[in-house]
Amino acid sequence: MIIRNTLGNLPRLRWNDTFEELERMKQEMERLYQYPAMKIFREPAAGVFPAINITEETDNYYVRAELPGIKADDLELSIANNTLTIEGERKSDPENENTKYHRREREAGRFSRKITLPAQVDASKTDAKCNDGLLTIVIPKAESAKPKKITITAL
Amino acid sequence: MAEKTKSLQAKEKRGPISEAEQIVQGPTFTPEVDIFETDGEIVVVADMPGVKAENLDIDLRENTLTLAGKALSPEGPDEVDILKEYQTGTYFRQFTLSEMINQPEIDAKMTDGVLRLTLPKIKPATPRKITIKAV
Repeated sequence: MIIRNTLGNLPRLRWNDTFEELERMKQEMERLYQYPAMKIFREPAAGVFPAINITEETDNYYVRAELPGIKADDLELSIANNTLTIEGERKSDPENENTKYHRREREAGRFSRKITLPAQVDASKTDAKCNDGLLTIVIPKAESAKPKKITITAL
Repeated sequence: MAEKTKSLQAKEKRGPISEAEQIVQGPTFTPEVDIFETDGEIVVVADMPGVKAENLDIDLRENTLTLAGKALSPEGPDEVDILKEYQTGTYFRQFTLSEMINQPEIDAKMTDGVLRLTLPKIKPATPRKITIKAV
């Protein structure tokens, strides 16, 4: 406090501000837990492969999944009624009789996951790409789901 | 395919195995690997999704093979998290190799987030049978 006062020009930290900051953090935490998706924050949903990250921007949703070794041909994506389906198969390397395995941790098999998006989307403009084993799906929000700026008219 | 393919389960990414303290920024994960050996070579296959070839370091010295790959966050600056089931960070793993490796012949390939490292063995001197001629 003393430093702040001596510096003079800096905005002063009042008691009020400290509590406002705490209140803001509390509200932020509550907001996080209100999202239905947040109940499974940072843990794979019932072990359904693949683990997924979803982010949003003003106009788009971004759905990302780590799918190492899976080619675009091995993947099937579809959207119906705001539900995105990711299906596919991870194939194992063909085994050779002459090889001796020291470690076998990478798994192969089929997977299927459905995710319901939080708002209406424009499925026809969805874009998906798979780079370096990372699947990125960009789904534009429907016009009705985009935030609208409301102008206030002065009377 | 005759046998029924098993369905994949999502697993939480494994943290570092080594006890050594990490000074890498962000989370560190242990990549899942397959290691197999044929007569002529050892092959290491590691899952490192999101790691570009230029962000991958492979080091072999004194029989210790080190793999370190950094996956950069793909998210744009304006994106807000809605659901986060996995994190991105650094993949790190070390192995001790028992065989002598022909270092200049090591081959590394990165495809679809999977590293395939081929380590050719140095061929042992072929045993030569010495026949003793009776004079």
